Amino acid sequence: MSEFRMPSLGADMDYGTVIEWRVAEGDRVRRGDVVLLVDTEKAEIEVEIWEDGVVEHIQVPAGQKVPVGTVLATLRPEAAQAGAAMPAAPAPPAPPPRIEKGPEPARAVLPAPAPVSAPQEPGRRVHATPLARRIAAELGVELASVVGTGIEGAIQAEDVRRAASARGAPPRETPAVSAAPEERPSTPQAERRAAVRRRIAEAMERSKREIPHYYLQTEVDVGRALAWLEAENLKRPVTERLLLAPLLLKAVARGVTAAPELNGHWVGGAFRPGAGVHVGVVISLRGGGLLIPTLRDVDRKGVGELMGELRDLTQRARQGRLRGADVSEATISVTNLGDTGVETVFGIIYPPQVAIVGFGRVTERPWAEDGLLGVRPALTVTLSADHRASDGQAGARLLAELTRVLRDPERA
Amino acid sequence: MTREEIRALVAGALAEVAPEADLAQLPPGADLREELEIDSMDFLNFVIGLHRRTGVEVPEADYRKLATLDAAVAYLAARLEPSR
Repeated sequence: MSEFRMPSLGADMDYGTVIEWRVAEGDRVRRGDVVLLVDTEKAEIEVEIWEDGVVEHIQVPAGQKVPVGTVLATLRPEAAQAGAAMPAAPAPPAPPPRIEKGPEPARAVLPAPAPVSAPQEPGRRVHATPLARRIAAELGVELASVVGTGIEGAIQAEDVRRAASARGAPPRETPAVSAAPEERPSTPQAERRAAVRRRIAEAMERSKREIPHYYLQTEVDVGRALAWLEAENLKRPVTERLLLAPLLLKAVARGVTAAPELNGHWVGGAFRPGAGVHVGVVISLRGGGLLIPTLRDVDRKGVGELMGELRDLTQRARQGRLRGADVSEATISVTNLGDTGVETVFGIIYPPQVAIVGFGRVTERPWAEDGLLGVRPALTVTLSADHRASDGQAGARLLAELTRVLRDPERA
Repeated sequence: MTREEIRALVAGALAEVAPEADLAQLPPGADLREELEIDSMDFLNFVIGLHRRTGVEVPEADYRKLATLDAAVAYLAARLEPSR
């Protein structure tokens, strides 16, 4: 029997909330199946299981928030069940009498026990701030069902909003005051956006505080790359059509093999090289914010395969449906603002990584080569790198190799 | 397929790439990329979504003919016509 635990979905995740189980006890699962939807605060993530077996006991029900590493369910090998088909089902070990609850810190964020209209003891006064009372009235939240976190357990505005969003429902009745409730971070979406913003702020603050960045820039003629894409796309069905983006990722991975000191993490005062080339792809979200899911083993995949994965990843990120494997740790990041019309972007390194490559928009530019002046489609490529881990020389090697790949795309 | 059916199916493909957009509020003549903040990856997913629903393969050279909701409906109607 094995244990299925709350995975760490990103370096900054300490807790996860089980939103929904996609399997039930007794279900057979295969390696790679999505079994669970988890809220990491930043995003909802579909979590896969990494072994075959049969779900024996689900220990953490939906709605509960638990620390990373908590056992969520137990799994028994498939064979164990094969022999004892239906009748004499092996008596499952008596489940623990009480489902283990998350530790105390989780409590404040747990959904308040639903909209129970707990008959209030006469005489027991609910302790709440005036603002909390007003918001509770607006959102249709029963104050008696809210857990207060203020002084002496007083209910504060924040507690009411949390209870309302945990309930996930709009006001039960027409709110007394409907003055633009969207302005407040009271809906799950707004809270998610606020959480994403907070995480970006934390990471970028830390990056600029701790990482001595150096910046390099070069221009690449992408005429041949574009011609190659066009020719490829004429041969390919619409579902396999290519964009420039996967070729750029491939070029980054090649560049990294020429400068391995840019691929990995700076941890505890030393550089730790990455095992494999896992590229964090910055994906902007409509309505603000961004996610940086990871494409794994970019160095070992072809452009076509990368295209399929990137397309899928972009769609899932924007639908809020990332998988566990999408948020594993990246070893380098790429930001591509080519679609926005920006010519140059210098990225800020996402710690503990040590480099980020930036791509701008392809534009026609005057181009001097071999003593001749012409007009070429060109792209500005930048590199921001951590000077603690590498020097400009290494960065230059990465950009030189990347340029070679883009100028000779068949080699990718 | 009627125009209304085609319109519904275009809206369905759009909803997949821009799930948070309020398509009912989308002016039928507005530029989709600008209005819905669709980038080239989203647009390709939209084109693939149309293909899945209709079997129509939109060549890259025709992408600009799908610039608005109305244009996309007209384009698909024309492409689906002969097979009727």
